[in-house]
Amino acid sequence: MRTPAGHNVYAMAAEYPSAAALYEAAKRIRDAGFRRWDVYSPFPIHGMDEAMGLGKSWLSGWVLFGGVSGLLTAAIVEFGPSSFLYPLDVHGKPTNFFTVPAFFPIMFELTVLFGAFAAFFAMFGMNGLPRWYHPMFNWERFSRVTNDGFFLAIEARDPRFTETGVRELLEQSGGQHITIVHED
Amino acid sequence: MIEEAERPLVRVPLVLNKRNFSWLTGRISGVVENPAPRWWWVAFTITASVATFGLFCLGYQISTGVGTWGLNHPVGWAWDITNFVFWIGIGHAGTLISAILFLLHQKWRTSINRSAEAMTLFAVICAAIFPGVHVGRVWMAWYLAPVPNNWAIWPNFRSPLVWDVFAVSTYFTVSVLFWYTGLIPDLATLRDRATTKIRKFLFGLFACGWRGSNRNWRHYEMAYLLLAGLSTPLVLSVHSVVSFDFATSILPTWHSTIFPPYFVAGAIFGGFAMVLTLLLPARAMFKLQDVITPQHIDKMAKIILLTGSFVGYAYMMEFFVAWYSGNSYERFAFWNRVFGPYWWYWWVGMLFCNVLSPQLFWFKWCRRNVYVVYFVCMCVNAGMWFERFIIIVGGLHRDFLPSAWGLFIPTWVDIWTYIGTLGIFTSLFLLFIRFLPMIAMSEVKTAVPEADPHYATPTGIQSVSPGGKERTR
Repeated sequence: MRTPAGHNVYAMAAEYPSAAALYEAAKRIRDAGFRRWDVYSPFPIHGMDEAMGLGKSWLSGWVLFGGVSGLLTAAIVEFGPSSFLYPLDVHGKPTNFFTVPAFFPIMFELTVLFGAFAAFFAMFGMNGLPRWYHPMFNWERFSRVTNDGFFLAIEARDPRFTETGVRELLEQSGGQHITIVHED
Repeated sequence: MIEEAERPLVRVPLVLNKRNFSWLTGRISGVVENPAPRWWWVAFTITASVATFGLFCLGYQISTGVGTWGLNHPVGWAWDITNFVFWIGIGHAGTLISAILFLLHQKWRTSINRSAEAMTLFAVICAAIFPGVHVGRVWMAWYLAPVPNNWAIWPNFRSPLVWDVFAVSTYFTVSVLFWYTGLIPDLATLRDRATTKIRKFLFGLFACGWRGSNRNWRHYEMAYLLLAGLSTPLVLSVHSVVSFDFATSILPTWHSTIFPPYFVAGAIFGGFAMVLTLLLPARAMFKLQDVITPQHIDKMAKIILLTGSFVGYAYMMEFFVAWYSGNSYERFAFWNRVFGPYWWYWWVGMLFCNVLSPQLFWFKWCRRNVYVVYFVCMCVNAGMWFERFIIIVGGLHRDFLPSAWGLFIPTWVDIWTYIGTLGIFTSLFLLFIRFLPMIAMSEVKTAVPEADPHYATPTGIQSVSPGGKERTR
């Protein structure tokens, strides 16, 4: 889809006066069956995931994976040298398996460390960040999104997208400054 | 007239004077965007000079040897390890505020968590200097890492000192990740407000293209929750591991099972005092009284009272156990703590500063008076340093054989290295408040009533049910 000026259309977007208005609008867009759309806000709005029809974030799966790999790494790094490569005899203390509690602190630390790295990088990966450009930044009003602006955009590639239908829906849900956002 | 029981509970707002989102953005970003006030330059010049001299002392100590410090038999650990425990403890309040209070849904944390987390990082940097330099030949410090090498030298993984290396480095790394994750939406705010090209580029670079999308917030909030969940046991483990450095030895006053909880409580106690030490002036200088309100100070004062009382209880319990154990060395060590050569450290530092001064916070008037709060915080800052000195040097200077007794006398290098780290810490904090938003804007906005999606459903729009059948990704 193109505008008369020849730009590719990314989405039709609207601004909402408050978090509450955006929340109500999101529920309407969800019930209208759209799939390629998003809301933008300066802070996470409580309950918005449900209002958008989004489930739980499975980022937690990556963190579990990270934590388990940290635990295994610590086990290998500790038991490898201490039990097989170079058993250290300190003050004649035993080096057998009954000393395993002394290995727990490092196992714990590496579990946390790898889990935290997994959470951090999974957040970027699952969000498609970092990215230097996004079509929404073409709309000059959108710079308020990190201050006090609340926005909703329905993408043109959504199968239910029609210019008149979406405009009507955004108007009915209380959207203001409804506009077409260019892809480029 | 409304009956007492029927009167609706009204919470004191966390942001005063009904400030809206754009006021919060403007005021907090303004600290970074406006030219630095003159006091900032004066303060930074002083702290940076002190920091530079501290770095000179470190260079002198590394190039000459550990003999430039006053360490000798019988006191082989003194100011260095005292400073290490002091700084690492201060960091703990930042993580408590950012992680534990987050899990407990304490929304008041949003006004203070960013600067407290920054304080954590800077405190851990100062802490890491001391054991790093204390090893003597700093260029051999990599021996602590499990790296395969020609000499088949491996760290002893059963040693608390190696646990400490892992605990502190993990703590620092996870704190950086947590802090940066929290910063991303605020960096995007500064990017969108930037007026010069270079600011736009730099903030844009570090904001990673954040655009406040709810599909992003969803993963972001899960990442934040899990980082908080991981940091909570981590912060408790770090000072526990620090205390193992002492508790696993056989020295009277060190060989004690009470140490891990006692150290953790002391760390949070000292850390909250440092948070208030930094935030009370910053709040006044940048006119942030509507965001960091008397309610916040009141709550932090209560935490200081609570953890201070834990610490006081631990002090009493140590004396009781020394008496109850019947061990003559243990009994002597505690008698020596109160009446020995370092007696005034105990009376002034531990008893007055740590146990008695926070008791003022039982009174609301004291919690609401910033001068009283500041006085108590300075007492606690000093008291917690004395406490660590008493534990470390007090345990070492008179052990089993009177013929091996001695005292610790610090040299000028000892003293100025410590003062230098105070300079490094304050310099880093001053730079932080100039270059990054000192209050988490995206988080503090959620504490404003308008952020609630049910705050006021707009008129003329019929509300739809919150759940739905359609599930889109």
